[in-house]
Amino acid sequence: MTANSQNVAAGRANSPHTSMFIRMLVRAAVLRRGRAASALFAMVVAAAVATAMLNLYIDVQAKLRREFRNYGANVILVGKEGASLPAGTLARVESTLAGRGVVAPFALVVARTTDGQAVVVAGTDFDRVKLLDRWWSVSSWPSARQQALIGVRAASVVSPKNGPFDLTFQGHTIHLTPTGTVQTGSAEDSRVYLALADFVAWSGVQPSTIEVAATGSPEEIAAIMRQLEQSIPSADVRPVRQIMEGEARVLGKTRATLLAAAALIILAAALCVLSTLMGWVFDRRRDFAIMKALGASDRLLNGFFAAEAAALGATGAVIGFVLGIGIAAWIGRVNFHAPVVPRMSVLPFVLAGSIVVTLLSAILPISLLRRVQPAVILRGE
Amino acid sequence: MFVRLVYESFRRQKQRKLLAGAAITLGVTVATAMIGVATDIGDKINRELRTIGANILVTPQEDTLDVEIGGVNLKPQSDGAFLNEADLPKIKGTFWHNNITGFSPMLPVSVTLQRNRETENLTLLGTYFAKKVSFGKEEFNTGVRTTHPWWKVSGSWPDDSSRDVVIGERLATKLSTKPGVEVTLSGRQLHVSGILSTGGIEDDQIIAPIALAQEILGKPGAVRRIYVSALTKPEDAFARRDPKSMSGPIYDRWYCSPYPQSIAFQLQEAIPHSHAEQIRQVAQNEGAVLTRIEGLIFLITLAALFASALAVSAAMATAIFERRAEVGLMKALGAGKVAVASIFFAEATLLALIGGFVGFAAGALLAHQIGRSIFNSDIAIPPVLLPVILGIAVIVTFAGSAAAIRNAVRLDPVFALRGQL
Repeated sequence: MTANSQNVAAGRANSPHTSMFIRMLVRAAVLRRGRAASALFAMVVAAAVATAMLNLYIDVQAKLRREFRNYGANVILVGKEGASLPAGTLARVESTLAGRGVVAPFALVVARTTDGQAVVVAGTDFDRVKLLDRWWSVSSWPSARQQALIGVRAASVVSPKNGPFDLTFQGHTIHLTPTGTVQTGSAEDSRVYLALADFVAWSGVQPSTIEVAATGSPEEIAAIMRQLEQSIPSADVRPVRQIMEGEARVLGKTRATLLAAAALIILAAALCVLSTLMGWVFDRRRDFAIMKALGASDRLLNGFFAAEAAALGATGAVIGFVLGIGIAAWIGRVNFHAPVVPRMSVLPFVLAGSIVVTLLSAILPISLLRRVQPAVILRGE
Repeated sequence: MFVRLVYESFRRQKQRKLLAGAAITLGVTVATAMIGVATDIGDKINRELRTIGANILVTPQEDTLDVEIGGVNLKPQSDGAFLNEADLPKIKGTFWHNNITGFSPMLPVSVTLQRNRETENLTLLGTYFAKKVSFGKEEFNTGVRTTHPWWKVSGSWPDDSSRDVVIGERLATKLSTKPGVEVTLSGRQLHVSGILSTGGIEDDQIIAPIALAQEILGKPGAVRRIYVSALTKPEDAFARRDPKSMSGPIYDRWYCSPYPQSIAFQLQEAIPHSHAEQIRQVAQNEGAVLTRIEGLIFLITLAALFASALAVSAAMATAIFERRAEVGLMKALGAGKVAVASIFFAEATLLALIGGFVGFAAGALLAHQIGRSIFNSDIAIPPVLLPVILGIAVIVTFAGSAAAIRNAVRLDPVFALRGQL
């Protein structure tokens, strides 16, 4: 005998159980492929559904917040006592936000038309407004200098024939060409909008309001507001409560509904696994009886079935996790037009949950069978 | 004989039948509850979205241009047209009156405030707080407390029939006013019942019952604009069409859909000389949020139905698989495939029906609980759903059993009885 084979022999003598144990586990799965496959299938479906639901639950808040940002500004900066904001405020707001939202400046004056009618004229940055106020229904945005966007109600006053018109503010006159109309159903409809550069050159008035659509949770938005207050002491930073409170309510309710749904679905899926697996284990009572009759200890038997169940649970959980990520991503794409980000943090929960369910469904029938004499089972009673 | 076989099967295998029955019941419970939640979620979220504020604005048709900056209207205050307060209850007479959750008339007037021998010009906004309005036999409460739920008052809300006012937060700080004091506005001694906080321009204004504003303006019954809060359906291409260009049945369909446009159109019909329009910031985004949430819950309901169908199928397959020996015995005694299969199918149907009934009741209860705890309002399951749910339960149970029954029936009785596959 060589030293090598001696070692192997010694190893066998020391652990006769291990290799046999693994062999039994593998054979059990291979021999009754159909039953094992159906149990695995149930586990995969349950894990997939659980993964998808948990992922959606975590992600839905971010997804819906994005939808709510289409409501426009949730924070407004106004100059204290109605004063204009100092030059450079917009840049400072932008740097404070650091990409956590969209900003648009607004400057307002009351000007006169050629026939003496008063009209509110606003200067703003159209490219920013397009991002911030997506609900504006605009027929055509201004693109060149000296062009104006006219509110639908103001149109009949300033430019009834849709031709060029003049506006006067404190003795200064500006000649404007209308490009289109804006309709919002509120104050914007009775205003005339100009590009900020034109507006400042004509009226000399700097923006007095900066609207901010800040992204993030209520705490993050509160933090942004504090930072804005510190970096721009000359402005009042006000939350748009109407938007913030509505958003918080709808998000809270949707998440709660989703949680209830997730609980229900996971329960149904777990039940599916439980009944399939219990059936499988119960079906193998003959194996169990033979092992017991051949002198296997209770500990070994428990270990055998538990190991089998745990292996099944773990395999099912991993395959199901991948599948569930796919389902969540699909739902995200179909419903929110953006994929749901896979959360690895869900995996441990799915894995642990799967193993607990499979262990439970193995242990229950085993503890019932243990009380029965092997002979009774083998006789088929 | 057939009935007896089925009966005995239920009597003798109580435990196994209970297990399969429990699986069906739970599956149906989950399905019913999820269908209930999915069908009602649109309405529930729609109501929550109303907390963002009114989505339709009604203004006089022949109004002059507003010249408004920062909540102060520079246009002469008796200029332009007004709506008539007497026409307001007609809002509840429109086709979609049940979808209108509230409305608030607004009448801003400028007032002067005497303070330390200085005169200050301020805006006083007349409105309804929670006014009882009746249309026909119907009575309802409406006002800013319904349409503007983010308005908060410290102190107490004024009564609509009183001459009390609330003062905006920033204005109150400037004047150092507290609830309970008296202020002199345009020569009138008024009681301040509370301090209002809105986060908007109203924080610089005084809010009063509309009758007081009308008295100051000297125009009884005058209303500048009306904010209407309505439950609407997300807008689509059809909603955006011009009603004037539609022919009979298409017009009827447009008119009878709760689009923001058609509700605005009906308000315009109900209130003489008015122009109603959706407030796009609210109405447009509402549709988007609603569509997303409805879509999400719909997809999840599909997942729930799938999971519960699978659970039921798995339970049935297991239950039948365990009875191969029985099948073998029946076949050995001369039963045909059809006879054996029909016994199993009869059992499955019975289980599905019982489980379906119990599950439907439990699911309805569950949906009710979810509605109560999350939305503070009931989610009702229409009884029409019962036959549908029972049908689905029977089909799923059949489908789940079919493969197992086919296998069991195909098996040679000799092998089945010997317990071999």
